[in-house]
Amino acid sequence: MSLEILAVDDSRTMRDMLRLTLADAGMTTHLAEDGEHGLEVLSGITPDAIITDINMPRMDGFGFINAVRAQEGYRNVPILVLTTESSADLKTRAREAGATGWIVKPFDPEKLVRALHMVAG
Amino acid sequence: MSDAMQEIRASFFVECEELLESLQDGLQAMQDGATDTETVNIVFRAVHSIKGGAGAFGLDQLVMFAHSFETVMDELRAGRITADDNLLALFFQCGDLLLDLVRAARDDTELSEDQLAPVLKQLGEAVDLEPEDEEVDPAEFTPMALSLDLPGLDDMADLAEVGPPATPRYHIRFSPQHDLYTSGNEPLFLLRALRDFGQAQITCVVGDVPLIDKYDQAQNLLTWNIELESDVGEDMIREVFDFVDGLCKLSIEPMPQTGTDVLAPTLPDLDPPSAEDALPPLDTAPVDPAEPDPPAPEAETTEPAPPSKPASATTESGKSGGNSTAPKPTVRVDLERIDRLVNLVGELVINQSMLSQSVALSGLSGNSQIAAGLDEFQQLTRDIQDSVMMIRAQPVKSLFQRMARIVRESASDVGKTVRLRTEGESTEIDKTVIERLADPLTHMIRNAVDHGLESTEKRLEAGKPAEGRVNLTASHRSGRVVIEVSDDGGGINRPKVKSIAEEKGLIPPDQTMSDSDIDNLLFMPGFSTASEISNLSGRGVGMDVVKNAISSLGGRITIVSDPGKGTTFSISLPLTLAVLDGMVVRVGTETLVVPLSAISETLSLRAGDSRTLGPNTQVVPVRDSFVPLIDLGTELGYIAPRESYEGAIVLLISQENGDRAAMVVDAIEDQRQVVIKGLQDSYGHVPGVAAATILGDGQIALILDPIDLLTNASGRSRTETAPSAEPETAEVHP
Repeated sequence: MSLEILAVDDSRTMRDMLRLTLADAGMTTHLAEDGEHGLEVLSGITPDAIITDINMPRMDGFGFINAVRAQEGYRNVPILVLTTESSADLKTRAREAGATGWIVKPFDPEKLVRALHMVAG
Repeated sequence: MSDAMQEIRASFFVECEELLESLQDGLQAMQDGATDTETVNIVFRAVHSIKGGAGAFGLDQLVMFAHSFETVMDELRAGRITADDNLLALFFQCGDLLLDLVRAARDDTELSEDQLAPVLKQLGEAVDLEPEDEEVDPAEFTPMALSLDLPGLDDMADLAEVGPPATPRYHIRFSPQHDLYTSGNEPLFLLRALRDFGQAQITCVVGDVPLIDKYDQAQNLLTWNIELESDVGEDMIREVFDFVDGLCKLSIEPMPQTGTDVLAPTLPDLDPPSAEDALPPLDTAPVDPAEPDPPAPEAETTEPAPPSKPASATTESGKSGGNSTAPKPTVRVDLERIDRLVNLVGELVINQSMLSQSVALSGLSGNSQIAAGLDEFQQLTRDIQDSVMMIRAQPVKSLFQRMARIVRESASDVGKTVRLRTEGESTEIDKTVIERLADPLTHMIRNAVDHGLESTEKRLEAGKPAEGRVNLTASHRSGRVVIEVSDDGGGINRPKVKSIAEEKGLIPPDQTMSDSDIDNLLFMPGFSTASEISNLSGRGVGMDVVKNAISSLGGRITIVSDPGKGTTFSISLPLTLAVLDGMVVRVGTETLVVPLSAISETLSLRAGDSRTLGPNTQVVPVRDSFVPLIDLGTELGYIAPRESYEGAIVLLISQENGDRAAMVVDAIEDQRQVVIKGLQDSYGHVPGVAAATILGDGQIALILDPIDLLTNASGRSRTETAPSAEPETAEVHP
């Protein structure tokens, strides 16, 4: 089963790397540049999991997760937070915001794929 | 590195330049007084993103520095420190260093420790922290070996069998709490991940689950016992539960290597699963965690992401030029493709003008349908040409930001306080022009700081603020781009300039000169006003080199200076290097194009205007001075020298050293835009010829480089004592 992933990150490099990694793992990837854009993209797809950066312009990762979780169909969609901050504080904040898990940048592609399988099957 | 990764790496460096641009914008806004969160966030994000990407490519030095910078930015973001002038100065310095690091990384090198150490120390002091590198742990990047040779679901029947004795075994007890489900985690996937590690026997303890009418989904009811036989190591097993840490009861214990007693539970509080209440193995078990309903009201009342919206609005209305934070949709295109398009459009323009010419020659009435259609065609062609040129155009902003750094560095080198004001950053010019403008502009900015502005003491004496001002502006004026560098310094010290020029023998002593003539002495080769060698002068680059560089871009540079108030240098540039405003002239039977920017005026000679100075040298009077006469036809070997220059048409050409020359042509035919077709690829550099173009009638015409032509010609006419009678024709004509 091919997973369908929505990845949200304001860094083009990061988006490119995500697309490459996920494509290599045989997943279908949708990309967005920030939270607001992510919500737009989300309105047209039904992803199996979402990966999102935290620090983004317009709408940051926390705002984005909140907005996603507020939608009826996405209350339990797995969301991974992708960020360079690895402090315990961030994990708490991520979880409070409703994230399912987190990946520390720079990510190990295998680990990211494993994590996606762990939350999305 | 794979090709795809190489490509991403290249794109990362492009992104870095963009990020550094927004970083500079943010810092500038902060210096101009912006204190809102979003501005600080923009800077933070830029550093953060650079660090993130750099980590992915193992650019350790860049990661390390970005991390230190980011740490301080984070403190600022959290309001634990405030951005005073010292801190901002440090941030600017960090921005500059970050740019150097990015460029070094791009070229596969690193900066020396000496370059970084002082700044890192200051960063450390700013937050009172030892430089730490917890997140740069190389272990993060080390890919872990993962055996993909896994038993599928069908192998579950074999689970009772004992694996090789060396394989470690674990007993895992996993008991999810309600929060685990609402966080989007799914026990089924975690169990599958475990099973993928090796031989696993998984049983679900369902004894506590009540009948459906008594079922309380907030309660923690299901527990899984897993016997796992795998050599992935305990860390990998724990990694599976990383995301649910705190959301479940979990115990992972290595089991003794008995090899037989697979199912013996090791935990005291664990009821041995009976055959009745243990769920069958995974492949047939509908382990559905019963879709627990998350606390909906909570989710809906959760505050939406707080400050980003109103804050970004502040930035947009801020001074940084309507710099919206919303991403502009863009497409990245290979420059070669654009150049090809530019070329094709050039062909189209030529084609269109050929068509117009043949229609005109065919004698059709101007009211005919063909003529009307042709007009429309012409209009469209022009629009297409403009649009295509706009693709190559870039705002001068990146160039201006580089200048901001030059000002900071120059000012600190000479111990002056200088503020740079920029205006018109969104003005667009051809990409190539921008690239080739960097060096001359750098030199002009250095000059303005070093020579233009007075020392702080002198400024205070003159009643000026201690802080000197350098303004850098760009604007569009009548189809050209004008870039001005001005300072509020003491203006050009004309008596001093004149005496230096006399000392150096650049002008004869006691020559009467206008103010503007004196100012233009600055552009003479070998001129330098620095009476003492400072760090900035003595680089062997004079304003003559600047002027040369500008001329080679088809531009002109002028000076206006007001004693006591400052000096302004104006550069006027064509919008593009792909088309050129030219004067179409006839010389003998040849049609040539002379760039309009080189011509200062045109004259028609009267009888007796030309005077002979030697066997090969003629001069003509232009107002109060004599200008050497160059006969273009003879120079290029098209025609023999003429007997008389009476009635001849002359183009007055200004050279970069202030010298002028009068270029004789037979007729001026037209003044028009021509599409530049390079000759370099086919012929290499042809002396005196810049390029070629195709005229409306299909004729190929050479575009002259009059400065090159005259430098060679006038050089020879000065050595007129040479015995050769007609040396002019030898070199240029093939």
